[in-house]
Amino acid sequence: MPEGDAVTGATIELDELTKRYGHSAQPAVDGVSMEIAAGETVILVGPSGCGKSTCLRMINRLIEPTSGRILINGEDVTGIDPVKLRRRIGYAIQSSGLFPHMTVAENIAQVPKMLGWSKSTVRDRVEQMLDLVGLDPREFHGRYPRQLSGGQQQRVGVARALAADPPVLLMDEPFGAVDPITRDHLQDELIRLQHELHKTIVFVTHDFDEAIKLGDRIAVLREQSHIAQFDTPEAILTNPADDFVSGFVGAGAALKRLNLTRVRDVGVVDVPTAAMDDPRETVVDRLREGTSNELLLLDRRGRPYKWLRTGDLALAKGSLARAGTPVTGHVSRDATLRDALEAVLTDSAGRVPVTGRRGEYVGVVDMETLMNSVHELLEADRMAAIEHRHDLEEMRAHHTQEQLEAGFGEGGR
Amino acid sequence: MTAGPGTEEAQPVTSALQSAPMPRKVTAKKLIVTPIVIVLALIGTYVWISNVSLDPIEKNSLSGALVRQALWQHIRLTAYSTFFVLVIAIPLGIALTRGGVRKASPVATAIANLGQSIPSIGLLALLTFWLGIGPRTALVGMVAYAVLPVLSNTMSGLRGIDPQLVDAARGIGMSGFGVLTKVELPLAVPLILAGVRNALVLNVGTGTLAGFVSGGGLGTLITNGIVTQRTRVLIVGSVLAVALALFVDWLASLAELQLTPRGLEES
Repeated sequence: MPEGDAVTGATIELDELTKRYGHSAQPAVDGVSMEIAAGETVILVGPSGCGKSTCLRMINRLIEPTSGRILINGEDVTGIDPVKLRRRIGYAIQSSGLFPHMTVAENIAQVPKMLGWSKSTVRDRVEQMLDLVGLDPREFHGRYPRQLSGGQQQRVGVARALAADPPVLLMDEPFGAVDPITRDHLQDELIRLQHELHKTIVFVTHDFDEAIKLGDRIAVLREQSHIAQFDTPEAILTNPADDFVSGFVGAGAALKRLNLTRVRDVGVVDVPTAAMDDPRETVVDRLREGTSNELLLLDRRGRPYKWLRTGDLALAKGSLARAGTPVTGHVSRDATLRDALEAVLTDSAGRVPVTGRRGEYVGVVDMETLMNSVHELLEADRMAAIEHRHDLEEMRAHHTQEQLEAGFGEGGR
Repeated sequence: MTAGPGTEEAQPVTSALQSAPMPRKVTAKKLIVTPIVIVLALIGTYVWISNVSLDPIEKNSLSGALVRQALWQHIRLTAYSTFFVLVIAIPLGIALTRGGVRKASPVATAIANLGQSIPSIGLLALLTFWLGIGPRTALVGMVAYAVLPVLSNTMSGLRGIDPQLVDAARGIGMSGFGVLTKVELPLAVPLILAGVRNALVLNVGTGTLAGFVSGGGLGTLITNGIVTQRTRVLIVGSVLAVALALFVDWLASLAELQLTPRGLEES
């Protein structure tokens, strides 16, 4: 069972994987090669009909590749018994694929049972998995799939895929059939799960925003699963390889980039603060000392309570209780920069307190800090991309030279 | 990010209703009315026959022992033929939805259709040329006649399964046999059972024709009634056959309720 931060995933290597149906001239998937590190989340994204699903389904050999090899943790699995292979690989699909005649518990228990786990182990595991995906075991254990909402079904689907603790998890548009709000929750859930479990996840979607949100790396596929670009979300957003990729990224790449960084990763500014119980004199002194004309009053548990301006005390005739404007919005440190921007834009004074885990005050973000962070981020991305490109060119040049030399060597013989 | 995790669960799931086991869909008509009708019909016939004066031929034909024997033969004919129908039609239906054999399914369906489109009495008559007269001929005819509903329901039950489910079952590592026994057959059960019920009732009906080929059963009473021109004998035979058909249908509907996997009801 996974513990702590240990990587439980396995490496996956696809080597010239090709699928040709019948005698058609065009292969559905044409020579895909890809290396996926253990514990990495890789998203295959592309227009419909580009063969991304076929590609995924060749990894657990639901579709037998016409040629090419699949290596999992270095082991060539192209020739082994596909049924045994699939029991070692988690599989979750669109609209959950739960068996309607089995209870939630029976659905989750399928793979452990096939692997011959003892009854009590299976039972414990089922409870544990339900807990893991955020469903109360006592309540959901005996329910049938049709008694669950779409989101709950999908959670059970993920629980079933993870039940036997497989190192690899394949997900084929798992959140394609649920409403946007639920999808957002499920994505957050998956991020949390992956944070705990460190599986190797290969995830297929046609939704680029989903890819950005979930992926460590994204493979943008064009027809016949030719890889247009295989890189981190940041690199794809700031440096699309060609027109196809930039077309797929769509408009607003800089805005999408904001989704990739969290408030805790950028600088927050400090404003003078005072506790609600502080004597009036202290508060007044702090206001006067401070560089800005504002002060944030915190409640007894250190949470932002209200903003106090220099003139407010005089207006309220010196009463600390009546002075100031209550804090309306705040963002957590885990919020994305996009959420922060949203909050800052809606705030009347253009600044929003940042809160920690228990809602306690951590700092403040305003338009200026956000702008600076975004500029820095984009600049850093650009530099990284240029470096990356430079490396690639160098490697290519090196490669060509080697080939040339080899050619000359042969010619000389 | 700021919304609570409860939003999604707030979807319209009537949890109070659903945490308790769903009441099974048993209509009062099915459970109570059918047996009442059967019992009333039987009692009515019995009272009527006991209170009219019967001539010797009628007395002879309607003696307790003879009627009991006819009824028992009829039940046995029905049971045996249904057994053979199940043994032939269900495996055949499964085979015809697998892999390469699938291509043969139109041919098989056509043959089964042929069995049913020939008038049953004609089929029995033809069979006597081949097998002679007796219960065996009746049995063969009944089986040929009732294979179709079970076969076609088994096939359409298996074909109607959401391919996503089969994909999921294979994807999590079930073998072909596992997919069939754990997913496909349980999901096809409601349709297969409907076919079986159909076959049972058909068999009770066709069973009355066994009398024509000396196969025994309630058909003997009916044939006797016609040959000797004794309407009462004819009526007793018919009432018993109808009651048996209704009773068998009632039993089968109970079995259907019992055997349909929970979780599939009302879907």
